[in-house]
Amino acid sequence: QGKFTLLRDTRTDGSFLVHHFLSFYLRAGCKVCFVALLQSFSHYNIVAQKLGVSLTAAKERGQLVFLEGLKSCLDLLFGEEEEQSGQPSPLQFISESASNLKALFDFVRTSLTPAGSDSWKGPVLLVDDLSVLLSLGATPVAVLDFIHYCRVAVCSQLKGNIVVLVHSNEDSEDEENELVANSLCHHSDLILWVEGLATGFCKDVHGQIKIIKRVSLELTAEQDVVQIYQYKIQDKNVTFFARGLSAAVL
Amino acid sequence: LVFTEEDIYGLYSNLLFKYFLAEGVVCGHDLFVASAKEHPDNILKELPAPLLGDTYRNELGEEATAVKPEDFQDSMKIAWRYQNLPKMEASPTTSTKFGHYYDVSKTMSPELFQSIKWHSFYLPEELSSQPKMKTCNMNSAYARLLQSIQRIIYQEGFDGSDPQKKQKNILRIGIQSLGSMLWGDDICSSDTPEDIHSLTKFLYVLRGLLRKSLSACIITVPAHLIQNKAIMERVTNLSDMVVGLESFIGSERETNPLYKDYHGLVHVHQIPRLNSLICDVSDTKDLAFRLKRKLFTIERLHLPPDLSDTVSRASKQDLAESAKLLSSGCGAMAIGKKHLDF
Repeated sequence: QGKFTLLRDTRTDGSFLVHHFLSFYLRAGCKVCFVALLQSFSHYNIVAQKLGVSLTAAKERGQLVFLEGLKSCLDLLFGEEEEQSGQPSPLQFISESASNLKALFDFVRTSLTPAGSDSWKGPVLLVDDLSVLLSLGATPVAVLDFIHYCRVAVCSQLKGNIVVLVHSNEDSEDEENELVANSLCHHSDLILWVEGLATGFCKDVHGQIKIIKRVSLELTAEQDVVQIYQYKIQDKNVTFFARGLSAAVL
Repeated sequence: LVFTEEDIYGLYSNLLFKYFLAEGVVCGHDLFVASAKEHPDNILKELPAPLLGDTYRNELGEEATAVKPEDFQDSMKIAWRYQNLPKMEASPTTSTKFGHYYDVSKTMSPELFQSIKWHSFYLPEELSSQPKMKTCNMNSAYARLLQSIQRIIYQEGFDGSDPQKKQKNILRIGIQSLGSMLWGDDICSSDTPEDIHSLTKFLYVLRGLLRKSLSACIITVPAHLIQNKAIMERVTNLSDMVVGLESFIGSERETNPLYKDYHGLVHVHQIPRLNSLICDVSDTKDLAFRLKRKLFTIERLHLPPDLSDTVSRASKQDLAESAKLLSSGCGAMAIGKKHLDF
C-alpha cells in the first residue's frame, strides 16, 4: 500500500507492463484511475480482453475511471462552446499558456476519492505515459509537481498505489525527459526498468527487465535489491527467465 | 500515423508519398493532400500509373513496393503497407498479392480520379482564411491544417458521426514536408526554436483524429534539418510507425562497393503495436531501396557476391570494413522490439 512504482523503458517499449498492471489491479478489486495519454481506449480494451479483463465492464461498474487523452484533447480543441460550462477539461493546460497540471490532478483526486457506496480495495493511479505531457507543452517542473501532488493524495492520504510509465534513453538529447525520469527514479519505491538487449535485436528474447526494490529508502542502511530477468512477449503472455536461459538457447 | 524522415534531397520520400496516394486512388479511398510548397493539384497529376495484370510480374525480378505518397490525406492504416514489403526472395512467384504495383515512368490517367473524392490543403491559399478553432499556442499553419482535416472528417462522415451513410470509406491523408520553414515553424532553422511544442502538439491532435476516424496518414518531414533532436525523439514516441530514408546521393556511400546496387537505405525506427502486446518483427533490419526505371524497390541489404579473383587487398579490406559497419549498424538499430526487421 502507498507505493510508487516507476516503469521505465529504454530503447524498447514497456507498455506491456502497463497492460499487466491494469489487469492485475482490476482483478484484485481495486479502484483504478487510468490516465491513458498515448493510445485509444479500444487498444487497451482489446489487449485487456486477451489478458482476461474487460475494461468496458469495469468502467460500467465504476471500478475504472478512464481518461482517454486523445479524445479529451480533441474535445478540448474542437468542442463546442456550450460544453465548457461543465467541468473543466483535465487537459486544459494544452490550451492555456500557463503549464499548470492542476486540472489533471483535480481529475485524479476526484476520481479516486472514495464515495460512500464504494467497496473497492485501495485506489490505484496508472499513467501511460508521462513523457507525452512534456510533448504537449508541460514543463518538467509542472510534471514533477503533478506527480508529487498525486503521491500526497493517493499514496499518503488514500493509501493507494501509483504506477507511472516514462521513456528514457541513455544518450538521449531530450534533457527535460531525462530530468523527469531521473527525478522520479529517486523517489520511487520500486523501479521496473525495461531495456532492449545491449547486443542487439533477437527474435526470442525481446529485452531484459531490471527490478529494483528501493530498500535504501527505508533508512535501514541496506542496499537496493536489483534483479535482472529477460523476457519474451507473446500474444497473451510474457515469459520471464533468467539471463541466458531463454527457451531458444536451452 | 506513418512518419517518414525525408532523405536530403527529398527525391525518394516524394516517391513514397506519391505511392501512398496512388494506392489510395486505386483502392477507391478518399484522399486529402496537404502541402506548403507544391500545389496539391500538381502533386496529384504526378502519381504513378498502376500496373495492372501480368505485366508487373515480368517487371519484377524481386518484389518491390514503391510507395510514393504525396499529398493524399489518407488515414493511418499505414502499417500494413510496410508489411507488404517483399521478403527478398529471388523468385517472383512468392510475391504477395497485397496492394498494387506502380510504374513510375508513367503518370496516372485522370479517369482514375473520377471515382474518388479528394480534398486538398495548400498553405499559401489557406492563409487568407481565419482559423476558427482555439489555436492553443500552436503554430497557426498547423492549426489551420488540423481544422481542415477535422472538418473533412466530420463532414464526410469518416468518424461515424453520420449513421445514414451506408458505405464506409477510408480517408488517406498525406502531408508533405511538415516542420519545414514553409509551414512557419522554425525548428528546422534554429537550435532553440521559439515553440518546440507545436509539432508535437500537432501530432498528438492528429493522432486523436486518426484514432477516432477511419483514416490513415503519412507525413514526410525533413528530419535532417531539425536541429533539436529531442523533438525527433518525442515525435517518434507519438507516431505509430517511423521510417527514415537515407539516400546515397552526394554522400560517401555512393561509391562504396557495398551499396553499389542501391540508391539508399531504409531505416525503420518503429513499427506499430496496436491492439496487441507484441508487434510483427521480421528477420533482418537492413533494408535498402533502389529506383529502377519503372519501379522503386525496397529490399534486404546484402553483400554483393565477391566473385572477382583480382580484387586487390585494399578494396577487399574496404568491403570488410563496410560489412563491419553494416553489422554494427545493425546492432545499434536492432535494439528492442520496436524495430522492424524484414
